[in-house]
Amino acid sequence: MTNQEIIRLVDVSKTFDDTPVLKNINLYIRRNEFVTLLGPSGCGKTTTLRIIGGFEEPTTGKVLFEGKDITNLPPYKRKLNTVFQKYALFPHMNVAENIAFGLNIKKMDKKLIKEKVENMLNLVNLKGFENRSVDSLSGGQQQRVAIARALVNEPDVLLLDEPLGALDLKLRKGMQIELKNIQKKLGITFIYVTHDQEEALTMSDTIVVMNEGVIQQIGTPIDIYNEPKNAFVADFIGESNIIDGVMIEDYVVEFANHRFKCLDSGFEPNEKVDVVVRPEDVKLVPKGQGMIEGRVLSVLFKGVHYEMLVQSNGIKWLVHSTLMEHVDSIVGINILPDDIHIMKKVN
Amino acid sequence: MKKGWIAYPYVVWLIMFIFVPLLLIVFYSVTKTTDQGIVFTLEHFQRFFEPIYIMVLLRSLYLALISTVICLLLGYPLAMILASKEYRHKRVLILLVVIPMWMNFLLRTYAWLTLLEKNGVINNFISFIGLPRMELLYNQGAVILGMVYNFLPFMVLPIYSVLIKIDKSIIEAAEDLGANSRVVFRKIIFPLSLPGVVSGITMVYMPAVTTFVISRLLGGGQFTLIGNLIEQQFLYTGEWGFGSALSLIMMVLILFSMAIMSKYEKENEGGGLF
Repeated sequence: MTNQEIIRLVDVSKTFDDTPVLKNINLYIRRNEFVTLLGPSGCGKTTTLRIIGGFEEPTTGKVLFEGKDITNLPPYKRKLNTVFQKYALFPHMNVAENIAFGLNIKKMDKKLIKEKVENMLNLVNLKGFENRSVDSLSGGQQQRVAIARALVNEPDVLLLDEPLGALDLKLRKGMQIELKNIQKKLGITFIYVTHDQEEALTMSDTIVVMNEGVIQQIGTPIDIYNEPKNAFVADFIGESNIIDGVMIEDYVVEFANHRFKCLDSGFEPNEKVDVVVRPEDVKLVPKGQGMIEGRVLSVLFKGVHYEMLVQSNGIKWLVHSTLMEHVDSIVGINILPDDIHIMKKVN
Repeated sequence: MKKGWIAYPYVVWLIMFIFVPLLLIVFYSVTKTTDQGIVFTLEHFQRFFEPIYIMVLLRSLYLALISTVICLLLGYPLAMILASKEYRHKRVLILLVVIPMWMNFLLRTYAWLTLLEKNGVINNFISFIGLPRMELLYNQGAVILGMVYNFLPFMVLPIYSVLIKIDKSIIEAAEDLGANSRVVFRKIIFPLSLPGVVSGITMVYMPAVTTFVISRLLGGGQFTLIGNLIEQQFLYTGEWGFGSALSLIMMVLILFSMAIMSKYEKENEGGGLF
C-alpha cells in the first residue's frame, strides 16, 4: 500500500425517488489498498460501489480517478472492473470465453488471449476448466471465474460486491484468504462491499463503516474494533455491551452504580455518555473480589468460549470467557480502564 | 396413475376431434371412388407435383418468408422498447400490441379493406391533397401487409418475454468489461434472445404459410396460396382427395420445420413459448 491516492469521492449524494440513499460521502482510496465498505443492508455501500463503477450517477458530487473527474464516464470507459454479487457470468459462453470477453473487445492477439486466460485459470485454481459451461460449475467455481474474468483485464481497481455472500462458511473462509493473496500478489486496489464484519476485519487494510447513507468511521480493522467512534460502530463490529453512563469528571465514569477509572477525558462534568465494553473484556472473578457483583442468568457453549449473561444492578452483561460459571451463582465483575470506551451520545 | 379414469373424457375428445379427422384426411388422400368402388391411389400426391401447384406452394413460402422477415425487423426493436425499464409508456404500448388480438381476425382484416379500397380512407386522403388515387388493394403488398399486421404480436411477445428475463447484471458485467451498447447487443442481448426469436419466427411463419383469409380478402383471389388451394378443393371443386393430400403435405412440412426449430432451441436452453 502506498500513499498515492487513486479514487476520491467528493460530496457524493444519491437519492432514489426522493429517498436519500447516500448523504455527502467523502472518501479517498489509495493505490494497492484493500478497502472494505461495511454496513447493514440498505446502508448505501452497494450504491457507493456502483457509483464508483459507473452503473449509477450520483445526484450531486464528483468521482475522481487519479485526480480526473470521471463522474459522467460510462462503465466501459473506466479503468476498473467489477465482480458482481451473483457473479453475472455470460450463460451462453464457456469458462474460457467468459474470461476472454474483455480481452476480445480490446481486439487483443488471439494467442496472447489464450495465454492470459490460462494464467488466470491457474491463479484462481481452475486449471483445465476452459471448455466447461458455466452452468456446470459450483458456486465457488463460478465465483472464481467471475474474479478471473475481471482480473484478466489488469484493472487498476477491482470492485467486489459481496462476492462471497452466496458461499457456505467454510468455502467463504478459504476464498477470503485466496482473495487477500491475489490482491497482495497483483498489487491491485480492491474495493470490497460486505455486511459481514468478520470478513471485513480479516481482509481489509481500511474499513469504511456506513449506516443510513452516512460514513460512520474510517480506519484500520484494529482501530475500528478497539476504538469505535460511536455506539453504532461498536455494536456492528463485534458484540458489545452498550450502557448508559455519566462522565463524572476526566478519567472517571459512573455506570452500574459504580465509579470506574477510564482513559477518556474532555467531556462536560456529569455529561451523559454511552459506555462500550466488549464481552471478552468483562472479567469474571470470585464473589467479593470484583468491582461490582452479579448473578449468572444463562450460559451457552460457543466452541472456543462460553457466552454468559450476568445481571448486575439492572444491567445484563454479555460476557465471553473460557471459564464457565454456573447459572444462578454470584460472581464479581472487573473491567479495566483500558477496556472502557466512552462515546458521546448521538442526539 | 391411479386416477387415470379422470382423463377418459379427454381421451374420447382426442379420438373424436383429432384422431378420427386425421385418419379421414389420410383415407381421402390415398383413395378415389371409381365404378369398382373405393380404390387405393397415389394420384392426388402425384398431382401436387404439377408446376402450377408447386408454384402455389413456392408463392406461399415466399410471401410467408417476407412477412416473417418484416415482422422480425419491426418486432425485435418493439420488443426491446417494451422490455426496457426506462420507457415510461410501456404499459400503453403493451396494450396496443395485445388489443388487436382480442378482436376477431376476420373483422381486423375487413378493416384493412375499408382503409385500402379505391374509395377508402387512405385514397380519399391522397386525392384530398391533390394526388392521384392508387391501387392499394389486390396486390402482393396488400397480402404481405395483412400478414404482418395480423401476426406481428406473435413475433413481439415471445421476444419480449425472453428479453425481460435477461439478468440486468449480465449486461452491466459486459459494460464493465469494456463493451459499449452496440457490442453489448451483438455479443450478449441478441445471442441470449435467440430462443425468443426462434419462437417468434415459428409462430409467424406457420400461420402465414397456411393462411387463406388474408390472401382472399386483400389479394382479391389473384394470389392463390396453399391455404386457398385447399379451401377450394373442399368448398368449390369437391375434390376432397386432392385437398386432403395437400393438407397432409403441408402438415409434414410444418412438422419438419417445427422439429428443426425445437432442436435448435434445445441447444440454446430455450425460454420461448414452445
